[in-house]
Amino acid sequence: MTTSSFLKNKVALVGIGESNIGKVPECSGLGLNAQACKRALDDAGLKVSDVDGLLTAYSFTEPYTMLGSSLCEYLGLQPRLCCSMVAGGASPGIMLRHAAQAIAMGLAETVLVCAGENRATGLGRDLAVAVLAQVGHPQFEQPYGGSIPGFYAMVARRHMYEYGTTREQIASVAVNTRAHALLHPNAQMKSPITLEQVLSSKPIADPLRMLDCCLISDAAGAFVVTSAEKARDLRAKPIYLLGIGEKHTHEHIMCAPSLTHFGAAESGHIAYEMAGVGPEDIDVAELYDCFTIVPIIELEELGFTEPGAGGAFFEQGHARIGGKLPINTHGGMLSHAHAGAAGGLFGIVEAVRQLRGDEGDRQVHGAELALVHNEGGILSSHCTIILGNQES
Amino acid sequence: MPGLDEDLANAASATPKALFGKPHLLSVEDVKVMSTPLPRPNPNADSQSYWDAARERRLLIRNCKACGRRHFMPRHLCPHCWSDQLEWMESHGRGSILSFSVVHRAPTPAFAATTPYVIALIDLDEGPRMFANIVGDNSHDVAIGDRVSVIYEARGDGAMLPQFTRFEG
Repeated sequence: MTTSSFLKNKVALVGIGESNIGKVPECSGLGLNAQACKRALDDAGLKVSDVDGLLTAYSFTEPYTMLGSSLCEYLGLQPRLCCSMVAGGASPGIMLRHAAQAIAMGLAETVLVCAGENRATGLGRDLAVAVLAQVGHPQFEQPYGGSIPGFYAMVARRHMYEYGTTREQIASVAVNTRAHALLHPNAQMKSPITLEQVLSSKPIADPLRMLDCCLISDAAGAFVVTSAEKARDLRAKPIYLLGIGEKHTHEHIMCAPSLTHFGAAESGHIAYEMAGVGPEDIDVAELYDCFTIVPIIELEELGFTEPGAGGAFFEQGHARIGGKLPINTHGGMLSHAHAGAAGGLFGIVEAVRQLRGDEGDRQVHGAELALVHNEGGILSSHCTIILGNQES
Repeated sequence: MPGLDEDLANAASATPKALFGKPHLLSVEDVKVMSTPLPRPNPNADSQSYWDAARERRLLIRNCKACGRRHFMPRHLCPHCWSDQLEWMESHGRGSILSFSVVHRAPTPAFAATTPYVIALIDLDEGPRMFANIVGDNSHDVAIGDRVSVIYEARGDGAMLPQFTRFEG
């Protein structure tokens, strides 16, 4: 038995929380995390004393050396398990796996997982310079003016070259996601956009334009993980961890094995195998969308479409709520929120909501299985998660 | 059209000035940062020979004596077979463009004055892949598959950055 199949059905997500999102000047970065954690515990109907583990990721605005310990100190927690884990946007999924392992091994019973920062209002100039400067490799990318949008733009350009993916197809991801954000009361973006607006927004790094890029938000998210056994007695419908897989192939884009195939294929394979399901069984997917090209690639790599068919899937409306596979039903990082590792964590929060089944206009009817994909770096680190509202 | 708030909210649209604060807070320090020269490479033990050679307008890559494969960026051991029996070899400095982007929004103040500029991934004829700028008069007409050759850009104090320019062939 592999470690991952050992984790199947062992834990459940029993509480979720989002901080206020957008520009939230009344909250520090730790304060946003505190707000999200409090809401997640309230949602679970748990007390602070029930939490014996905390995992968090990283913060550019408040870069404490020991962020996990700093956050526990701030929250007045003295847990048995605490760590800050840094795998870029893949951190939330990886934290979920570590939380699940700790619970399954009896090292902790209830683990709070959170991430986020005050990126919109809290980035001082010097810190922002540091953030932007550490994007590329310090010797072989930074001296050339490499930027995150630029790196992803090269991936988009290659996808267009190899598969004939069109600029309109890529832009349709932003339109699709915005339509979903309008149904989410806490999403940062409140007005609809058209394909023409995406295509005529400011050029950032050709072929990507402003509306192809994720937001900068003040935001934090949190979820509570506990044993499947304990979950049965709690307030919310338990959402079980059925499958989870990781794959790490590089950090800097110059070292990526391919510009069209990434670790998502293998992380997905591991997660499907553990859950005993395939892409055809998934009812709703929350895919990392730091740039519009990314969910197109993930859709293909995770086996939902043939390679090269991801763009057409979005363009034809199959990713809309009510479509073949609703994607990023909360509005994603393009339209709901993006603040460090919180971006991917909100995908997990939304999957839990969808599987609980009470999201009104946003609800994917009858959703029983959700897939969440997190990626960090420049499609460098991948984590695929499969959640279900029943043990399998 | 999206309003100003949305404009500022979008990550990549944030020029350093927009990201760092409101224009009325611009100080003497801001101006100093804005006029920062383009960065110079900062060599370490793995790359000292590479950057020393660049000063002499030579492009070095790492060759593994055990498995015969070459790599870039320079490392202490071969990323393919983990042998530490590595040697430097000189690249002919020619390759093909795997992909590229024209950057309109610079990541740091130093590059803001140089936009729009071309970044690219270049597959050297010897095998390894590099990241660099495509420079020269016709750089903005670049396409995937274009042939390029190395040239050197002075970054002050004798430091030279390998760059690439298009050629027919």
